[in-house]
Amino acid sequence: MSAATASVDTNRARPADAIASWSRRNAWVLGLIGLMILLLLFTKAIQPRYGPIPIQGLGTSVLPLALAAVAQAVVVIGGGIDLSIGSMMALTSVISAMLMKNQSDAFGVGVVIGVLVLGVLLGAANGSLVMVTRVPDIVVTLAMSFVWAGLALLIAPRPGGAAVGWLKALVVGPFLNEWIPKAAVVLLVVVAVSWIPISRSRFGLYLYAIGSNRLAAFRSGVPVGRTRVMAYAVTGFFAALAGLSLTASTGIGTPVPGPYTLLSVAAIVLGGVNLAGGRGGVFGPIVGVVVLQLIQTDMTFLSIDSNLALVAQGVILIGVVMVGSLLEMRRRRT
Amino acid sequence: MSAAVTTFRRDPARSMQVLFRDQPVIPLAGLLVVLVIVMQIAQPGIVTLNWANVIVRGAIPLAILAGCQTLTMLTGGIDLSVGAIASMAGFVTATFVNSAGGPAEGILVALVVAMVAGLVTGIGVGVFRVHPLIMTLGMSFIVLGFANVWQLQNVQTGAGVPSMLTALGTGTILGFIPTGLLVFVPLALVILIGLRRTGYGRLLYAVGDNPISARLSGARSWQVLVTLYVISALLAGIAGLLLSGFTNTASVSLADSSVLPSVAAAVIGGTSIMGGRGGYGGSMVGALILSVLAALLTVLGLPEASRQIVFGAIIVIVAAAYTRVTAEG
Repeated sequence: MSAATASVDTNRARPADAIASWSRRNAWVLGLIGLMILLLLFTKAIQPRYGPIPIQGLGTSVLPLALAAVAQAVVVIGGGIDLSIGSMMALTSVISAMLMKNQSDAFGVGVVIGVLVLGVLLGAANGSLVMVTRVPDIVVTLAMSFVWAGLALLIAPRPGGAAVGWLKALVVGPFLNEWIPKAAVVLLVVVAVSWIPISRSRFGLYLYAIGSNRLAAFRSGVPVGRTRVMAYAVTGFFAALAGLSLTASTGIGTPVPGPYTLLSVAAIVLGGVNLAGGRGGVFGPIVGVVVLQLIQTDMTFLSIDSNLALVAQGVILIGVVMVGSLLEMRRRRT
Repeated sequence: MSAAVTTFRRDPARSMQVLFRDQPVIPLAGLLVVLVIVMQIAQPGIVTLNWANVIVRGAIPLAILAGCQTLTMLTGGIDLSVGAIASMAGFVTATFVNSAGGPAEGILVALVVAMVAGLVTGIGVGVFRVHPLIMTLGMSFIVLGFANVWQLQNVQTGAGVPSMLTALGTGTILGFIPTGLLVFVPLALVILIGLRRTGYGRLLYAVGDNPISARLSGARSWQVLVTLYVISALLAGIAGLLLSGFTNTASVSLADSSVLPSVAAAVIGGTSIMGGRGGYGGSMVGALILSVLAALLTVLGLPEASRQIVFGAIIVIVAAAYTRVTAEG
């Protein structure tokens, strides 16, 4: 909804106004990018040797969580929440690692495509259950997280499998310039190629509409049920991508879900997505993931106990949301 | 009024719905009995007093944690910090076992820390209007982080679960009554009576059912919420103490795996996550059902993986059944 009106505004307004209104609308993400740059500079200041190699490592290590955050952002924008993302990642990661073991590169391409399709199906299953049972999203996806994690354990009782060479090479090392991690390029390309067309499509419009006011959307003729199922399917797609990136970066498939579900919720909130739905994008959450990771890195460099870094993550998460809701309260009052 | 009553009586399907909606404990108890019978058929002779004892004492910590979820869900919230707080309580108590004050000092410290964490959560949710999911999630990071720091400082001094807690967790009275019930029964009575008979209990329902009308009727919802999260954290701390006694281990991740089952127990028990509907009776039976179910699946020889799948499927089915019944009733 907002996307359409916004683009009309920018066409009419003068360039300077357009930039001003664009930055006003994206103030949160711009602030977050500023915070990320400050953190990078700070990291360089406290650790002069922080250079290209750690930057490349940063790219590789944030990739799974960044994709998980994108997955969570899509469904939350549509007014839902998916607590099974971590389990879907474990399932897709295990399946891809098992299938790719001792296989050729060409077969690996087939596996990647197959796993992405599987991700869409898993997500669609979540969404259909939410629709058919009319049980709150949080309960259904919580229960399904058991199911997907159980399936992952059935397929591989212990970590194993392998990733084909090109998949591993895709997420490690630099791209063109030694300062640009290949993983970051892969992330941006994948998200840009898949999310931008989605968000500009009719479905994208419907997604924001049902997220901001489901009843109003329904009365305006938005197919609410179909849109919600599709939102979950897109989330499943990104969760499968996150699972593949786990396989790629670790080289094996692990059947036990990592902490990604809850961290993805943290990252999207930090990235400016409103948990009530209807507001936010997917690039903010990606920056949010990088910020969270950088804070952890900095605390390691400052030789602060890594456990206090966990505390800091919690404090930041709560602090960000508190500031956000205070701003919201003030805006409503004025 | 009287007309409505007679229609309920004359239509059996409708009266079933009303029964499900108003007294979920009765059909749930039926489900529990069915599960126990299936258990007996699957492995004849397994259902004994001793077996019941094991099931009940395993279900006690889960039932207390389900209490945390029930209370918070009544106001439309959820408490994901119960796992971290429970683990922390068990662990902190264990590190105090050799101190001058003995286990009592440890328990006191653990519960006070838990309540402080709950107070902060409550202020965040009640005063600053942070979404409970986020607030309790963030709090669980904070508690876990501090517990880890505490663990590093106490590695040398050594730690052990106080014998008092192992006795509470694993002991029996007269050979078949779990000792943990000595703690659980009073707690459960306080929650049950508190929810039904006290003003505070009704305020929880009011705030969850319709926050605006609750505010207009003079309820100070921030006070209700702050108190609620302190109570929830205290309950989680007590559950952690019992859990560390039951398993005879003290670890900072002891209760992590109980968080989602505790939500499941409350949902199975008929408490709506949207707030305003539910009660503790159903949650207790829900926790028992989950424990019996886990035991049943083990007896059937299913691996852990299949157990998880069945677990998840049952939660969806039961929740769907509730939603159907309550929406049409």
